[in-house]
Amino acid sequence: MTAMAAIDTISPAQDPRLPEPYVVKRVDQDTPDTFSLTLHPEGSVKPIPFRPGQFSMLWVFGVGELPISISGDASEPNKLVYTVRSVGKATHALVSRGAGDQVGVRGPFGVGWPMETARGRDVVIVAGGIGLAPLRPVIYEVLGNREQYGRLVILYGARSPRDVIYRKELSAWARQRETQVLTTVDYGGLSWHGHVGVVTTLFRYARLHPSRSIAMICGPEIMMRFVTRELETLGLNRDDIYVSMERNMKCGEGFCGHCQYGAHFICKDGPVFPYQKIRPLLDKYEL
Amino acid sequence: METLERIIAEHPFFADLEPAYTALLTGCASNVRFSPGTYIFREGQEANHFYLLRSGKIALETLTGRSSPITVETLEEGDVLGWSWLVPPYVCNFHARALQETRAIALDGKCLRGKCEQNHDLGYEFLKRFAQIMVRRLHATRFQLLDVYAAR
Repeated sequence: MTAMAAIDTISPAQDPRLPEPYVVKRVDQDTPDTFSLTLHPEGSVKPIPFRPGQFSMLWVFGVGELPISISGDASEPNKLVYTVRSVGKATHALVSRGAGDQVGVRGPFGVGWPMETARGRDVVIVAGGIGLAPLRPVIYEVLGNREQYGRLVILYGARSPRDVIYRKELSAWARQRETQVLTTVDYGGLSWHGHVGVVTTLFRYARLHPSRSIAMICGPEIMMRFVTRELETLGLNRDDIYVSMERNMKCGEGFCGHCQYGAHFICKDGPVFPYQKIRPLLDKYEL
Repeated sequence: METLERIIAEHPFFADLEPAYTALLTGCASNVRFSPGTYIFREGQEANHFYLLRSGKIALETLTGRSSPITVETLEEGDVLGWSWLVPPYVCNFHARALQETRAIALDGKCLRGKCEQNHDLGYEFLKRFAQIMVRRLHATRFQLLDVYAAR
C-alpha cells in the first residue's frame, strides 16, 4: 500500500451543503486574538465523526461561512473544537459567539493526516503559529494510543510568548513518556526563558531518527518550505513528509474551484498532502 | 576528570578536528561558569572571546528603544556563542546574558587570531566551521524577518 492510499477520509453523513445546527458550549481564550470554541450538536443532530486534519465549514448566520480545522479529539466526536484567530469580520463574529449561541456546521471535509501510515513510527510534528490547531488531534491520537506509535516529537514556533497557543497542554505533553516538546518564539522578552529563534532552530535540539520518522507540518506556507528543506537535510525521506495547505475553501467538495491549487482542490484532495505530491507547486508564484 | 582538550575535542563544533589543532586550541581555552542574569558580553564591547556551551542557556539580546531589550535568539548546550572576534572591527553586536547556570569553554579570540595568521591551515579550518554557523544564522534571521505568523 502506498502512503497516499493510506490516507483516509470520512464523508459527511448528511447533505454536505446543509449546515447542521450546533451550540457553543464554551469559549476559551488561547491568546489575545485566538479562541477555541467547543460546539455540541443541537437537539437530535447526530455527532460527526472526523479524522485528525479534516476541517469543517462554520456558519455564523447572517455574517458568513468559514473553513476551520477541527482541533479537538477525534475520539470525542460529540464535541467539536475549533481554534480560531480573529483576523477579519467573519472570524471576529465567530470568536464573539458565547455559550448557548448557535453555529452552523458543514463537514467534515478533506483528507486528514496519515495516521495509518504513522503507526509504529516516530511522529514528528512541526507547527507554526495557529498551525498547531490542525495537528492537535494527531497529538491526542498518538498519546491516546501510545503503544501504536513510536516517539512523539513536537516542535512548535510562535511569533512571541503571548502568541503561544495551548500553553498548558504543551507543558502537559512534555511530561508524557517518549515525548519531546520544544517550543520557540521568534522574539522573546525578559520574562520568557524558553527558546528564542525560528522554528527550524529547534531541529538542533530535537532527538530525531529520520529513518523511522514521519513528519507532519502545518503553518504559514513559507515556514513549511523552510521546515521541509531542513527535514530533507536531516535525512527524512520526502515520502515521509506531509503538509497541510490552506486556501480559500467555499463549497468543501471541489465543485466551486475557489481553492484550486494546480491540479488539486485543497478542500477535497487536501488539506493534508504528501509533500512529494505538491513539492513542485510550492515554488510557484500566484497559486 | 575531563581535561580541557577532551572537552574541546568532544564539542560538536570541533567534531573531527585534527588532534594537533585541538592541542593548539587548548592553549587559548579556559573553563568558565555564568550564573543566571550575568552578562557575558555587551553590544559595542570589544569581541575577544567565543564560547563553546556545555550546559545552560544564553540569550542574545538587543535594545529596541523599548523599556526592555528583546531576545533575538537563545543558545544552548552544543552551540557556539560569538563570532565577532573573527571579523574586524572585532566588536560585539548583541548582549549575551545567561538565562540559567551556564558552563562553557571560553576561547581567547585574540590568541587564536594570532595562531590563524601564522598557520593558514588552522585559519581555513576555523573559517569553514564558523562560515556554517554564520550561514545558518543568516538563514534563520531572514526567516525571522519575514515575520510569517503576523496577521495579514
